[in-house]
Amino acid sequence: MYFFIARRLLYTVPIALGVSIICFSLIHLAPGDPLSAMLPENASPDTIADIRAAYGFDKPVPVQYALWLGKVLTGDLGNSIINSQPVADQVLIAVGNTMILAALAVALGFLVGTVSGIVAGYHNGCLADRSITGVAITGISVPNYWLGMILIIVFAVNLRVLPAAGIGTAGGSPFALETWRHALLPALAMSVIPAGIISRSVRGAVAEVLRQEYVQTLHGKGLRRRKVFLHVVKNASPTAMAIMGLQFAQLLGGSILVETVFSWPGAGFLLNAAIFTRDLPLLLGTILVLALFFVVTNLLVDILQLLVEPRLKRA
Amino acid sequence: MTHAAHEPMTDAGQPVARKRVPDSRRRRVVRRLLRDRVTLVCGTVLLLILLMGIFAPFIAPYDPYEARMPMRLKPVGTEGHLLGTDELGRDMLSRLIHGTRLSLAMGFLPVALATILGGTFGLIAGYAGGRWGMLIMRTMDVFYAFPSVLLAVAISGALGAGLLNAIVAMTLVFIPPVARVTETVTAQVRAQDYIEAARATGAGAYRIVTGHLLGNVLAPVLIYASSLISVSIVIASGLSFLGLGVRPPQAEWGLMLNTLRPAFYAAPMIAILPGLMIFLTSMCFNFLSDGLRNATEVKI
Repeated sequence: MYFFIARRLLYTVPIALGVSIICFSLIHLAPGDPLSAMLPENASPDTIADIRAAYGFDKPVPVQYALWLGKVLTGDLGNSIINSQPVADQVLIAVGNTMILAALAVALGFLVGTVSGIVAGYHNGCLADRSITGVAITGISVPNYWLGMILIIVFAVNLRVLPAAGIGTAGGSPFALETWRHALLPALAMSVIPAGIISRSVRGAVAEVLRQEYVQTLHGKGLRRRKVFLHVVKNASPTAMAIMGLQFAQLLGGSILVETVFSWPGAGFLLNAAIFTRDLPLLLGTILVLALFFVVTNLLVDILQLLVEPRLKRA
Repeated sequence: MTHAAHEPMTDAGQPVARKRVPDSRRRRVVRRLLRDRVTLVCGTVLLLILLMGIFAPFIAPYDPYEARMPMRLKPVGTEGHLLGTDELGRDMLSRLIHGTRLSLAMGFLPVALATILGGTFGLIAGYAGGRWGMLIMRTMDVFYAFPSVLLAVAISGALGAGLLNAIVAMTLVFIPPVARVTETVTAQVRAQDYIEAARATGAGAYRIVTGHLLGNVLAPVLIYASSLISVSIVIASGLSFLGLGVRPPQAEWGLMLNTLRPAFYAAPMIAILPGLMIFLTSMCFNFLSDGLRNATEVKI
């Protein structure tokens, strides 16, 4: 088993390198001069050349990549062109804020998804199954930024029970109730798609386990329904956990739309700002950190699955 | 559905298939689809939406670009403007009808392009295997290491706003999953006895792929691709919503949602209409794709 974990860990290295190459190439795909955002229009050619050299844009692209990668490995993502602050600091704060949303959304989605998935799986083909599957498909189809707008209209404008935007006065501290109150609506909007996906996967997993002969054996030897249920849940849980991990990772990178609607100061919001101010170091840093988080989460999901699913150890 | 079933069977070597009625599987699929009411309703709604887009200039009561400031943000049900007017006094119904064109195109084109490109990559990787297959699939793995929305936003953000750039970005997002599914299916089909038999009769790679492989790989891949259309519609309108897709004053549902945002507190009923269209279309595509999958018994 340790061999497989080691191999999986090792496999992450080329993937992470590939991710860094794609991120870096994106910046060189960008039309226009990366410095145009910071230079005055009447800058003299000398000034332009100086600044170009200061940011290293005068060297060949592979050299630029190597220099950049060397810095990234030491935790230096450069400075923002717009406000000259270190990109790494800004990105980490923003990713922390996004994690609050993603964690709450996945928790909500997991709760709704597993319960409805188990019910549907147990009633395979019945009315309950068909209605739950229908609701799950509907949930997967919702544009979550639009749902966010509706939630604002209902809960913030009409009922006035929850805040419509921002992260609250606690500044995003995960220990303040204020933060979670602000996180509730955006997380609710974000949880609908994971809930649908988790529900469908759990339904499939439970129905699959129930078809196995050992479940019949358990019933046959006189085990109570509740005990059999525990066996079913235990055997269906690796699938559910894997899906949950992947959804959490997708939400970290995919929260940009909901964060824009709710003005939540997370990674997506930062990305949006970086795109529209053409702040390339910030754009590059945010994409890289989010993609690396995705890679690491996938790695953790795989390892965790290996630990709880003994059958995979022999594979 | 399967090409092999229609061929004279001389080199397919499938004695079981020969006994069956040639198109029994297709008939079975059609019969299941006709019994599935949800799928039928969704298919009909999609057909109506499609017709609405095609005949938009004839159906729409007003010019979707004609702004009249005195008529700004009239509520739903205003006389002459059934669904009210937007922030520039343009008729909402006409804009929603015209928006069908771009929104459907942005949902459909990236998936179609990605199915052709990703399908080709997956077919090569799955059939040839070896070093080339490795190279293709490992490259796909790297693109897979990005959350899909992030990749779409990052690419179109780097390329700049615009319809074409958004379509390029979304195509790049969908190529890896299509390639992965195609590769898996191709590898499964390749291991079947009838492919071995075809090779034993001396058929070349081209003959095997076009005559025996493609027909059996196509159905699962197309059904998988159909499930991507709804994702594509939601992400594409999301890009427009961020200001990265279609540009004003074009009529497109995501962009309409964006430009109506400031009016969101004043006229919430108007502001949610474009989103309702996105939701309805994406939902119908999902139910249709699910129905197709059940009817054909394809498991992906």
